[in-house]
Amino acid sequence: MADVKYVQATRVYAKDAPPAVDALDLDIKDGEFMVLVGPSGSGKTTALRMLAGLEPLDGGRVEIGDKDVTWVHPKDRDIAMVFQNYALYPNKTVAENMGFALKMQHVPKDERDRRVHEAARLLDLDEQLLGRKPKALSGGQRQRVAMGRAIVREPRVFLMDEPLSNLDAKLRVQTRSQIAELQRRLGITTVYVTHDQVEAMTMGNRVAVLAGGKLQQCDTPRQLYDNPVNQFVAGFIGSPAMNLQTVPLTEEGARLGGTVIPLPTAVRTAASQAGLRELVLGIRPEHLHLADATGEIKGEVMLVEELGADALLHVRLAESGNQVVARAEGRKPPAPGQEVTFRVLPDDVFAFHPVTGARLAG
Amino acid sequence: MTAIHARTRPPGAQRLREMSGHIGWGIVAWVVGIAFFLPVLWMVLTAFKPESAAETWPPKFTFSPTLAEFRLVFAGWGPFVTHSVIATVVSTLLVLLLAVPAAYALAIHPVKRWRDGLFFFISTKMLPIVAAIGPLYVIALKTHLLDSIWLLIILYTAMNLPLAIWLIRSFMLEVPGEMLEAAELDGAGRIRQMREVIMPVISPGLVSTALICVIFAWNELFLALNLTTTNAATLPMFLISSVPQEGLYIAHLSAAATVASVPVIIVGWIAQRSLVRGLSMGAIK
Repeated sequence: MADVKYVQATRVYAKDAPPAVDALDLDIKDGEFMVLVGPSGSGKTTALRMLAGLEPLDGGRVEIGDKDVTWVHPKDRDIAMVFQNYALYPNKTVAENMGFALKMQHVPKDERDRRVHEAARLLDLDEQLLGRKPKALSGGQRQRVAMGRAIVREPRVFLMDEPLSNLDAKLRVQTRSQIAELQRRLGITTVYVTHDQVEAMTMGNRVAVLAGGKLQQCDTPRQLYDNPVNQFVAGFIGSPAMNLQTVPLTEEGARLGGTVIPLPTAVRTAASQAGLRELVLGIRPEHLHLADATGEIKGEVMLVEELGADALLHVRLAESGNQVVARAEGRKPPAPGQEVTFRVLPDDVFAFHPVTGARLAG
Repeated sequence: MTAIHARTRPPGAQRLREMSGHIGWGIVAWVVGIAFFLPVLWMVLTAFKPESAAETWPPKFTFSPTLAEFRLVFAGWGPFVTHSVIATVVSTLLVLLLAVPAAYALAIHPVKRWRDGLFFFISTKMLPIVAAIGPLYVIALKTHLLDSIWLLIILYTAMNLPLAIWLIRSFMLEVPGEMLEAAELDGAGRIRQMREVIMPVISPGLVSTALICVIFAWNELFLALNLTTTNAATLPMFLISSVPQEGLYIAHLSAAATVASVPVIIVGWIAQRSLVRGLSMGAIK
């Protein structure tokens, strides 16, 4: 059990290129499930590998349990890692794979067997699988063996690098909840890397969003969704993504789809202080409420995606002609070509600086 | 193939064309295969002929087989085969012993300027061996290694080492990096990573590399011919010495050549499975 701390941790791969991880500051609490999420090239995997000791630091430090481990060998950090491709030893049986780290620590054979069996039970791995080689296992079983290999070590920190990316969609959803549940039960600090924001939102106690090697925001899933600090986080978190439209400013608000969306005073003040003529408006698909003719934002339905419970409407807005996505009830969505109007609550509208992407007051 | 046919159902004419194409390629493959095998078959057949029936035109296919020539071969080949076995086995072991760490330094944890190193290794094979035989002879003479089995061991090791390093390096590149990192996190040091993680993965590759080294060393003639006479003469030398200055010798030579190729064929047969896997490793994950 330990907390993990990144202090100004930096990794530069090539001299001229920007750092892969740029002065990362992150506090992970003891027993916390922290998800690092971001698009490819955001530095999330590099950050994890720095914690594992597989990637040297070019600046700053990494701490585990208040101890600076920046230059400590990976095997002495008391961590266990689950790799994206599982990295199981093909010539060893499942039991040998899981017990290898313990063997390296000279744990007696009885104790090793006990812990391997215990881990297998925790993961619902059949006893008879323990004698098989990895190639005789299914993808899902291999994934669990990789998890088991981490669990038997009883480490202070679990590191997981996209461990679900090789599973099919259904199994991924199932395993997702199993891992989260297992982590809660074991209470071991976990750092989990994924590019899938749904995984991030459903699994993490807190989620750190990275982009371009920089930490954008680290908060609970709810806070990330309700209070993104910038345009990147707003667009990255949530599926389908938030509608982001660059719109002209008026006296009372911003012009969108043939109407003026009122903006809070604080936003208007911030915008005028920054000398802005336009700003980026963010509205989540579910906050565009279909209204009868009394609605405000006008547009024409271009495409309807039926998801069952609800339907996604791709709508071309009046005036600007830009497309937005709205979530509507699945039963009777408007047909393509139909004119629709939406209403939006002022509180559900986000405003961002068009150049820096920073959230404007609020 | 059948699945695709079932789905797309090409019209009759096209299917016929496809089928005749398959048969055509099959014939080509067989013709080439037999063309390569025919001389070997001829050699084996001739080995069982009496000398009088060996060199006739047109060739005789009916003859009373005899083991006379084989008896002659086995009577004289003793020291030669011993030398060949020692030179081949010891040099191949040495090659593997040296090539594995060298390949490791070029593949797993590449040293600085590993590209140059790799090129230097193979560049030694670009020099025709004829050009080196003079200096080699002088060196062997000065070091009193002329006509010594140790000389052949050293030379065969040097001869096969570059190729072995290149081959083993390519096999090592196939070892997933994540697996080595997992082993490192698990607390395995370099030696243990080598023994427990890398070696099992590349072992089919090692077998095929060893086989190639064995074949090359076993059949090597030029160095043996120029640097040995009796104390270290190998089987290829025996083949040459079976050719008498006068008289008929084709059957005898065929018997000797057949006997000489049997060990390689046996080793190749044993190694066949891992050889195919080794040479096509990387193609199939």
